[in-house]
Amino acid sequence: MSERAQMRTPLGRVRGLGAARSGTWHFWHQRVTSVAGIPLTIALIVIVITLLGRSHATTVQVLGSPLVAIVMLLFIANSAYHMWIGMQEIILDYVHGEIIKLVTLMANTFFVCAVALASAYAILKLSFGV
Amino acid sequence: MADIETGTATSRRARPLSPHLQIYTPMLTMMMSIVHRITGAALYFGMLLLAWWLLAAAYGPNAYANVEWFMGSLIGRLILFGYTWALLHHMLGGIRHLIWDTGRGLEPTERELLAKATLVGSIVFTLIVWGIGYLVMGGPR
Repeated sequence: MSERAQMRTPLGRVRGLGAARSGTWHFWHQRVTSVAGIPLTIALIVIVITLLGRSHATTVQVLGSPLVAIVMLLFIANSAYHMWIGMQEIILDYVHGEIIKLVTLMANTFFVCAVALASAYAILKLSFGV
Repeated sequence: MADIETGTATSRRARPLSPHLQIYTPMLTMMMSIVHRITGAALYFGMLLLAWWLLAAAYGPNAYANVEWFMGSLIGRLILFGYTWALLHHMLGGIRHLIWDTGRGLEPTERELLAKATLVGSIVFTLIVWGIGYLVMGGPR
């Protein structure tokens, strides 16, 4: 194809982002959080099994201990970001009305922030015992 | 084609614009893809259970007793069993996707094998996790 027939500007071609300008971050961040999610999920299952049938006092002590608390916080943060992207993808696939799409996308962000913050707050409270 | 050109009644029928799910014969890889999305959506709301558990532990013994009572009830256990399976299925499905992302495992026999491994693996691991859980608790109560 000759230079004259090119529809894209030289700068656009060099950037290589295509018409959507930021095509791949969504895909890539979902991959990064999915890789991180594998050890974190296994760790969560181990932590939950350890705490099965334990008293409240023991649970508080274990969940508030530094290593467990850090792993739990990582799980919460990683899952929040992963599920935010995932639900956004589901909404964009199935919700077509402009208004309802905006509302559900916002609701997704609000839900994820609220659940993640509440969970993280609980862990921090258990850790610092205030 | 003649109908369309002459504009008879049959040509004006509402027809699907593009093939949708019901057009295709269900295949294992397709079902696994659908289940991956469903388990993802279920886990999304399942995070509420985790938040409830952690907040109850932070609130105190009474709130924690409520969570323990609910999780220990039949409905609670069914939900937790489903949660465990959904979590493991989504995790194994995710690993399968990561393998595919490298361009490997996409041949017909390979992708069928991966799909079956995801399904069987999720069930086996769920049973193992629950077996260990009951061992830790000293048998079903």
